[in-house]
Amino acid sequence: MTQARPAAPPAIRLEGLGLSYAGSPVFEGLDFTFSAGTFSVLLGPSGVGKTSLLRSIALLDRPTAGRVMADDGASLAGRIAWMGQQDLLLPWARVIDNVTMGARLRGEPIARGRAEALLRRVGLGDRLAALPSELSGGMRQRVALARTLYEDRPVVLMDEPFSALDSVTRARMQDLAADMLRGRTVVLITHDPLEACRLGQVILLLAGSPARLSSVPAPDGATPRPADDPGVLRGQGHLMRRLLDGVAA
Amino acid sequence: MTARRVAARTVRPLVTLAGLAALWWGVARLGGVPPYLLPAPDAVVRTMWMQRGLLADAAGTTLLETVLGLGLGMLGGAALALAMTASGVIRRWMMPLVLLSQAVPVFALAPLLVLWFGFGIASKVVMAVLVIFFPITSSFFDGLRRTPPDWLDLARTMGAAPWRVLVHVRLPAALPAFGSGLRVATAIAPIGAVVGEWVGASSGLGFLMQTANTRFETDLMFAALLVLATMTILLWWGVDRLLARLLYWVPDSVVD
Repeated sequence: MTQARPAAPPAIRLEGLGLSYAGSPVFEGLDFTFSAGTFSVLLGPSGVGKTSLLRSIALLDRPTAGRVMADDGASLAGRIAWMGQQDLLLPWARVIDNVTMGARLRGEPIARGRAEALLRRVGLGDRLAALPSELSGGMRQRVALARTLYEDRPVVLMDEPFSALDSVTRARMQDLAADMLRGRTVVLITHDPLEACRLGQVILLLAGSPARLSSVPAPDGATPRPADDPGVLRGQGHLMRRLLDGVAA
Repeated sequence: MTARRVAARTVRPLVTLAGLAALWWGVARLGGVPPYLLPAPDAVVRTMWMQRGLLADAAGTTLLETVLGLGLGMLGGAALALAMTASGVIRRWMMPLVLLSQAVPVFALAPLLVLWFGFGIASKVVMAVLVIFFPITSSFFDGLRRTPPDWLDLARTMGAAPWRVLVHVRLPAALPAFGSGLRVATAIAPIGAVVGEWVGASSGLGFLMQTANTRFETDLMFAALLVLATMTILLWWGVDRLLARLLYWVPDSVVD
């Protein structure tokens, strides 16, 4: 079962992007390009402004300076799918209806067959009519992933989507996400160096005050990289060191 | 739930009731209180049986007023809460009125309402609506305002029209709050109806209590009071169970 790839995912350009919160700058003068069709992972200590940056790209927050744009000149509005730390499933809606929530909110016809196929791919083909409260945390997050994919947007923004899961479930979700989001422009926030090294084709560090973006070399090999790959383990250690130094500074 | 727990749930309130009745009987029979001040429970039960036709008629009237008041107040309150959520203009103009409906004591309005709407059930229905309007509107409005912001963000990235967010996200998310308001309303709606009947009516439990009181038929008054309490509790229980079924996704954690 293959899913139709979205037409040419754009690169996302940050130009002099700045954001202030309550008068003090969270970040300022950020210039960076998230490459088209690439899985970028953004890592940084908590409170540094990772979520604010992602929200600016998602057009949920208005930056105080600069701008976010797609390199093809068209607007990013309507081309973004969002996945947050909480699964944000509607507790009154069955699994299948949660996956097709976007269509309902836009008043579009519901592609039930496609939603079912996505749920089968995340391993929940037999739980279509379940309520979210009947599912485990990992299952709920898989429903959220299916909902994100149902949107079929060329850009996918994820804010610590797996951080609430136990490490085994998290590793499985990472495999699934890497597989299913291939070819899209993905920006994923994490605080987990291992996650960054397993998933990142590009790894970025956001640190300092006001925060700056810096690029860190990603381990070799195709994603999702094995958790016990020597390059992944080395990269994880290196990232951990950078984060510890960053926090101390 | 096990049969034992069901039995415990049924038995516990009965034990409480029996205890209260025993205490009542003790004070009335052994305390030397004259029956026109405090009739004993057995006398009240006897009166209840002998006057069952009268009491059933009166209860029917009060129940009709209460249910009509609940229905209208629920529809009106829900509509107003939705309108106040959808439109800032309506919110700013109506909020003081909603507060006013609670600030003015219904007791003070009762004679006026009877004057305007007559001795029939209309004035009592209006009274019940006034009593429940505030809890319904304010609880539902609160629920509509407190949609988790993350859901709204997600809906925004999905490109949702605001009214569709209202229908598909904010409205269902507010239903548990609406249910709480409706439970409170169900418990107090009969008070509105009875207050209306006290002021001026030709039937109903409040009317019966009033006439029994002026004739020193205290046992009949107590009988009417018991019928009213039973009716309110049964109505509340029915609404509570109905809500638990309709709001199937809300954990019903006080089932014990």
